Amino acid sequence: MSSLHPAFFLLFGGLLLPLLPLQARRVALVLLPLIGLYNLIGYDVGASQTYAFAGYELHIVRADKLSLLFGYLFHIAAFLAGLYALHLKDRLQHMTGFMYAGAAVGAVFAGDLLTLFIFWELLAITSVFQIWARGGTKAINTGTRYLLIHISSGLLLLVGTALHYQQTGSLALNHLGIDTWATRLIFLGVGVKCAFPLLHTWLVDSYPEATPTGTVFLSAFTTKTAVYVLARCFAGTEYLIYIGGAMAMFPIFYAVIENDLRKVLGYSMINQIGFMVVGVGLGPGMGVNGAVAHAFNDVIFKGLLFMSMGAVLYRTGKINGSDLGGLYKSMPWTCGFCIVGASSISAFPLFSGFISKSMIMQAAANEGHLAIWLMLLFASAGVFHHAGIKIPFFAFFSHDSGIRCEEAPRNMLWAMGIGATLCIAIGSFPQYLYGLLPYPVDYEPYTTTHVVLQLQLLFFSALAFVILKLTNLYPPELRSLNIDVDWSHRKLLPSAARLFMQIATPLRDGFINGGKRLIFALVEQVRQHHGPTGIFARTWLTSSSVLVVIIFLALYLLLYFQ
Amino acid sequence: MAETKNKKHFFDEIRTVHRLIWAFFVLCALLVGLDLVFHRHLSFEEGVLPAEGWFGFYAIYGFVACVLLVLAATQMRKVLMRGEDYYE
Repeated sequence: MSSLHPAFFLLFGGLLLPLLPLQARRVALVLLPLIGLYNLIGYDVGASQTYAFAGYELHIVRADKLSLLFGYLFHIAAFLAGLYALHLKDRLQHMTGFMYAGAAVGAVFAGDLLTLFIFWELLAITSVFQIWARGGTKAINTGTRYLLIHISSGLLLLVGTALHYQQTGSLALNHLGIDTWATRLIFLGVGVKCAFPLLHTWLVDSYPEATPTGTVFLSAFTTKTAVYVLARCFAGTEYLIYIGGAMAMFPIFYAVIENDLRKVLGYSMINQIGFMVVGVGLGPGMGVNGAVAHAFNDVIFKGLLFMSMGAVLYRTGKINGSDLGGLYKSMPWTCGFCIVGASSISAFPLFSGFISKSMIMQAAANEGHLAIWLMLLFASAGVFHHAGIKIPFFAFFSHDSGIRCEEAPRNMLWAMGIGATLCIAIGSFPQYLYGLLPYPVDYEPYTTTHVVLQLQLLFFSALAFVILKLTNLYPPELRSLNIDVDWSHRKLLPSAARLFMQIATPLRDGFINGGKRLIFALVEQVRQHHGPTGIFARTWLTSSSVLVVIIFLALYLLLYFQ
Repeated sequence: MAETKNKKHFFDEIRTVHRLIWAFFVLCALLVGLDLVFHRHLSFEEGVLPAEGWFGFYAIYGFVACVLLVLAATQMRKVLMRGEDYYE
């Protein structure tokens, strides 16, 4: 059994990366995740480490099948993202990217809420540099919004943790449920990171704004850490089934009309997380197994799709569907890898999505959730439509944009190639992934029924695309943006604030000016009467003074003798 | 890249594209035809969703879902679409 913390190599190795000269740094980028993975393989189920800190016994390592699976996954993701970012000279992106991966590993091995909180905030702080590194006001503003939302998510987690500790005296990170306000706050904090509906806009706001390599890092860790915490603490919470159903449904409508292809992938990411959330909501057993397996596959195929779009952006400087097209001529390898990713997310037989998404759907059917099952089936058709067809079609085929560029750099091609190989390997030999799942698997994805029905669903979804395209009913890619819930804090609130200022400013000015006028008038009155020329400041003649005294004396005598 | 803009590529030939589309139509027909020959296992217990066993259920569902999706999304544009610099 190894003694080093699972996050050690990524976290501290990442921290030291900027000290290395470029060539050594590139070697380290490839080796660190592999050494970390090797270290992790030394961990057995049941391994545990604690660390005394400020009077608390922090449970910094809790290795079981669930945490180990996510640990392996995050190392694979760090390896692919590091390889993909190998051509960069930017020390900051290399360093923060790996520390970010390390924070995710630390979070999934956390055995108590306080340790989780520390890594949770570290995730936010290290990841924002992938957005800021893009440069320019837009990226700075987007990154700041992203950071604000994620720090708030951490605060919810912290307050919930404190309340929970007060109520139960326990910080253990086990099943929590949503029976108390403390655990509901934790649930909400996790929900922000998981991109629950209405809390999701940070994802589609920030991922398209990050650097080409940054989005690959971002897509792998944050949301999947949140899915892990849901599986750990809230498995079987019925609300999750409906939250997940909504997440699977609404983003696909946005994805169809979105022009920025990385934003399309952002929406399709929420859709895929929706499947996982449903799985977690269905509870331990096939539901959680499906959710976790799908999270594993999603990191790889969504990473692959983001890599292919990142390569397009890197080579052409463009990412809008309306500006692209015909790139299969210049970037055939990238195009091929993109199609593998698209087939995986669409759940074609022999590709990875097929063996995990179907587990969640079968679990929903077993529990008799008819409406949710129909929604997930709709979303399965929809995801093929917008991610499976739209992404490759508008980037690499469609009308020829006339762009002729170089194929992606070799390190990017290798990263995409390995990702694509994993997609096909996991899809074709599911037993290896199934063996790593937290619960025993009693499910066979490759039955004639399942293969044929899935192919029918996908082919007829594609048929709909072909027919809509041939009849010109398919909405064209337009240079535009579509408003989402973040409209409330990016437009409504600022407008409301401006309106308030417009109304309140005259009121305030009127109040202040009126007050000033009143005071000036008072001062003027006082000056008139008491000033140098005022009536009370006059010099009086002695005779008139004597006269006044006599009058008063006379009055006094009169009154006294009456 | 040394290649010139005028080099003919696979999909530049419109006849190739048409042939592929026709091949795709044939494949679709074959796939839905398979419904007649094999016995399928339902996802749900008997009686929850009888339609699942009907001829072409998945094909029709996929097709209708995508058409509805696209038509609804197109309508959404009327409400949601703004200029690219809307937030700037």
